[in-house]
Order: sequence, then C-alpha cells, then structure tokens
Amino acid sequence: MTSIMNEHPQAARIHETAGRGLAIHCSGVTKGFTAGGNTIRALRGIDLDVRLGELAMLVGPSGCGKTTLISVVAGILDRDEGECRVFGQDFATMSARQKTRFRGQTVGFVFQQFNLLPALTAAQNVAVPLLINGVAHAAAIKAAKEMLDRVGLGERTESLPKQLSGGQQQRVAIARAMVHRPRLIVCDEPTSALDHETGHTVMRLLKNVALDEDRALVIVTHDARIFGFADRIFKMDDGRIVDVVRNPSASIGASGGDAHA
Amino acid sequence: MNLVALRMLMGDKAKYLGIIFGVAFASLLMTQQASIFVGLMTRTFGFVSDTGQPDIWVMDPKVQFIDDLKPLQDTMLYRVRGVEGVDWAVPLYKGLLRARLDNGNFQTCNVIGIDDGTLIGGPPEMIEGSLADLRRADSVIVDIVGASTRLAKQPPIDPATGKPIGPRVPLKVGDFLELNDNRAVVVGICRVSRTFQSQPVVYTTYTRATTFAPRERRLMTFVLVKSKPGTDTRELCVRIRQTTGLAAYTSGEFSWMTVLYFMRFTGIPINFGISVILGFLVGTAIAGQTFYNFTLDNLKQFGALKAMGAGNLRLLGMIMLQALVVGLIGYGVGVGAAASFKYLSGQSELAFRMIWQIPAITACAVTVIVVLASLLSIIKVIRLEPAIVFKG
Repeated sequence: MTSIMNEHPQAARIHETAGRGLAIHCSGVTKGFTAGGNTIRALRGIDLDVRLGELAMLVGPSGCGKTTLISVVAGILDRDEGECRVFGQDFATMSARQKTRFRGQTVGFVFQQFNLLPALTAAQNVAVPLLINGVAHAAAIKAAKEMLDRVGLGERTESLPKQLSGGQQQRVAIARAMVHRPRLIVCDEPTSALDHETGHTVMRLLKNVALDEDRALVIVTHDARIFGFADRIFKMDDGRIVDVVRNPSASIGASGGDAHA
Repeated sequence: MNLVALRMLMGDKAKYLGIIFGVAFASLLMTQQASIFVGLMTRTFGFVSDTGQPDIWVMDPKVQFIDDLKPLQDTMLYRVRGVEGVDWAVPLYKGLLRARLDNGNFQTCNVIGIDDGTLIGGPPEMIEGSLADLRRADSVIVDIVGASTRLAKQPPIDPATGKPIGPRVPLKVGDFLELNDNRAVVVGICRVSRTFQSQPVVYTTYTRATTFAPRERRLMTFVLVKSKPGTDTRELCVRIRQTTGLAAYTSGEFSWMTVLYFMRFTGIPINFGISVILGFLVGTAIAGQTFYNFTLDNLKQFGALKAMGAGNLRLLGMIMLQALVVGLIGYGVGVGAAASFKYLSGQSELAFRMIWQIPAITACAVTVIVVLASLLSIIKVIRLEPAIVFKG
C-alpha cells in the first residue's frame, strides 16, 4: 500500500497531464464557514487535478471537507482563496448567472438521496436538465427515454420514483446527470443507500456509460466496496488531501478488497 | 419547466388542496359577504328603483333617506309644476298605516298613494289584476310577499282541537282589508323589490291614501317630477331648489343618499366589513402557511434544480406560476360557490346582489393573498444555497 501512496502528503497535488487534458485544476483552495461567531476552515489549501477520462474518488472521515470540495468544484460554493478551474474556466471570474449557466451545461449531478422530483415520471425527471437548458419539452422527453434505455430502464420511463427500487432510482439519477452530455459528473455518495450488488451495478454503469475520454467523474464516497472502480483515490482529512491512491483496483486485489486496509 | 412546476404543485395533493381551500375560502367569504352587503344596501332604495318614471324626487329639505317621511303642503305640487323645464309633476304619498287582520291582530303596512289621474308611481310588475283597477272604489293593490305572509288570512280552526287546519291563506283579489279603520278591497297583486323594511306594501290612489291616513295638515311625502326632453336633470334640480326651497334629487342621487345614510348611521358596513377582512386574513393565513410548507417540503428539490442550473428567475417564475394556478382555481371555486349560494337560496328573502365590481375586487384581493403567500417561499428559494443538495 505504501508504495502506491504519495510520498509527500502535504503536497498531494498530482500533475498527471501527460496524454490527456485536465478537467479540474485546483490549487491552494481554501474555504471557511462562520457559525456562531466561529470560523470553521473546511478546506485548507487543496491542490487537486483530475484528468479527462478519469474517475476520481474523494474519501475521508465525516467533516473532512469532501462535500465542500465537491461543491466548490461543481461551482455551487465559492472558494475563499486559491485557484480552481474546470475545463479551463474559473468560477471566480463568472457572474452568478454565468456560473448557473455553466453548471447547467457542463456539470451533471448524482446525489446520495437521488433527489428525484417525486411527482415526475422517470422520463420527466431525466428531462429536467434539458428543460433547464431550454430544450423543447417533446425533444427533452425523447432524449430522456433514450438515456433511460441506455441505463437499462427503457421499460420504466413512465414510472414515478416511488414505484422504483433504490437502485433503479439511482440509475434514473445517473441518466439525469448524463442526459445533457455534461463534461463533468459529480456524485455524492452514489452507493451509500444501496446494497452491495446494486451499488456495483450503479458503479459499473457510471464507469462504462458515463465515463469517456472527454468527460471526468468525481465521486465522494465512504463506501470502501466501490474503491476498486476509481482511477485515483484522493484521501482527505481535516480540509486537506493527505494521500493519493493510484490504480486502487490493483491494490484491492492485493489486499483482499479494501484499498485502505 | 412550467410543467415541472405544475407537477410539483399537484404532486402533493393534500397541500395543493389545502392552498386552494385557503384561497377559495377567502374568495367565498369576501364575495358572499360583500354581495349580501350590496344586496342589503340595494334594498334600502328599492322603492326608488321601482318607481321608474320620474327623473327627479322633490321633498322636504330635511329628508335624509327614502323612509325619512317629512310631508309637504299640497300646494308645493303646483309650485314645482311651475318651474321651467318640468314636463310633469305628480304627488306621492308614502306612510306607515295599520291594517287589521281577520284574527284581530294589527300589521303595519307601507302604504303608497299614487297620482289619481295618471297612476304614475305604481308597482313595477302586476301579477294579478291591473293598475287601472285602482280607480274602483276603496281599491288597493297588495304586494305578493305581504299577501302571502303577514297579511295572509288565518286558516279555519278545527273545533275539536282548537288548532288551525292547514297553512295560512294568502290574500287574494276580492278580499277585504281594514286600513286604519277604513275598508279597502284588494283589486290586484303586484311584485315589488324587497325594501330594507319588511312591511307589506299596499298601493292605492293618492286621494284614497290621504283618507286612510290620520288627519294631518301635510300629507304629500314626495313630488315626482319628469323633466322636459333635452333638459339637464341636475340643472332642473337646482332650479327647483332655488324656486321652491325644497330639496330635489335625481333618482340616482336619492338612492345614493339613502345608501350613505344607512352606511353612516347603522353598523351594517362595519359588520360586513369585519367579515370580509376576516375572510381575507384567514384565507391569507391558510394559503400562506400551506404554500410555505409546500416550499419547505420541496426545498431539496428546488436546491437540486438550482444546482443543475436553474437560475433564481426561473425558480421565481415556477413559484409564481404555482401561486397563479392555485389563485385562479381557488378564486374560481370561491366565487363559484358564492354564486351557487345565491342560486341555492333561490326564492328566499336573502339579500344578495353580486355586482361585477365584487368579483373584480375579490380578484384583486386574491392576487394580494397569493403574492403574500408566495413571497416567503420566493425569499426562501432565492436565498437557498444549492449546496443543500449535498447534505444528507
């Protein structure tokens, strides 16, 4: 295990630009929150590069800053200091409207609790990002049904979320995250509400369908069962990246399935 | 996204119906109470409305409303007729006289004495008999409501039980009345507008009415005037005032003066106003709270939409659309229920008059309700951090 760890955890920045372009480039990113008069430093100088075609995982204990980092990367939280570029674009230079539009066109989201709209059918839920981007309703529904077909739910397009299992709901959420062909897909604990088998099905889907050479996936997870799907694992603690695991599937094979054993 | 907004709204049926109920309740209460208020106020000048031929009502300057009876000298009629621009002028008697019923009880009646020669000032609609029958001796015409209720005759008494057999028998043509110790014979049945006072209305000629009435020096209550074609009625009113020293009002002015009197000197507007205000407040509270709860319940969904690229303007539009839909449906249900209330109350004595201004004002009030109801939700959603979607 030690051999695959970065030898300098304080400088966990990885520059793996050879061959492929960068999807995300963060340098010295900090973020603090004020609560009850106290400032909590959620991110303390994050350096992170994610390449195109890469599936990166952010892992670490609760409160280590994973969710804050993913929020900054996705452009829904503003950083305090440092630099963060997504596909070369810096959120700090954008107006709120530009940021919203950029997010709508470039970022797809998969949430822990799926966050599907309960009153909409699967197809209507998947169509939402297209509707937000101004696609006509009929065209959006058609594209949504095609995407649902790709994730194996072609027969359930008219089902409401409550009529679907947890795994099926997450597949709908993945279809929703991909339908508008975003270049970055951000997933927050996508398998934590799913059993082992379903979790693996979802991860296979993300790896095989959502990921391609022009797209990057960043997944926040606690779920050690899915570490083997990552190209790299960024281990966080106390607002910093303290470790990077490369090619974890190989290490999982060597250690019996747990990259951090 | 409009479809998404509507699906979100209608997906939670309990809250959706709750918001509509709040708006509908407010609309119903405001429309119904305001319509009853207008209905009651309309009744105050019902007699003026029924007397359609004259343009101008001339009366004692101290008269404040239609039932404020301050008789004039009969000679005033000729002075009014002498004013330039008057086409014709006729006397009108209006007074409260006692009728003796066949069971010995007394009933106060609103007796109207109309001009003997022209019969101007008669009832607006005859149900039975004819207005010309008033030229017969001792003749009177009675309104249908009075004839069927307060002036109706007692049914025969069962000698065994001493109780009446069957309902009271309505007064009909040919029956007799005793008005202030004077014999009167019913020659017709008419229909009149309900007035604020609920006494039976009895029409007769002016001369006969003055014989029915107690002896007084002054008996003429009003002079009804028709202006010559092309004469400005307001200017004619001024001339009559200047020439005779009497008060002269157009029919509209006299009606409005009567309404203002009742509004100023009775608690009616305050009572109905309180009901309308309560309807507005309760409707706003129910609709506002339910709509806010609906937004809170959907906060994560709004957060997800925001994260996925829906801007504040788009979300604001969605909320406004939701508010507009519940406002329109609630308004329709409420106003429809108020109209049904009138329809179901049918032939009852309910004073209900829904003039077009009432639904229009209710629509404005409902707009205010839905705007207030959605305002908190809009503020909540605009301030919403999309990062909420990443919180478990």
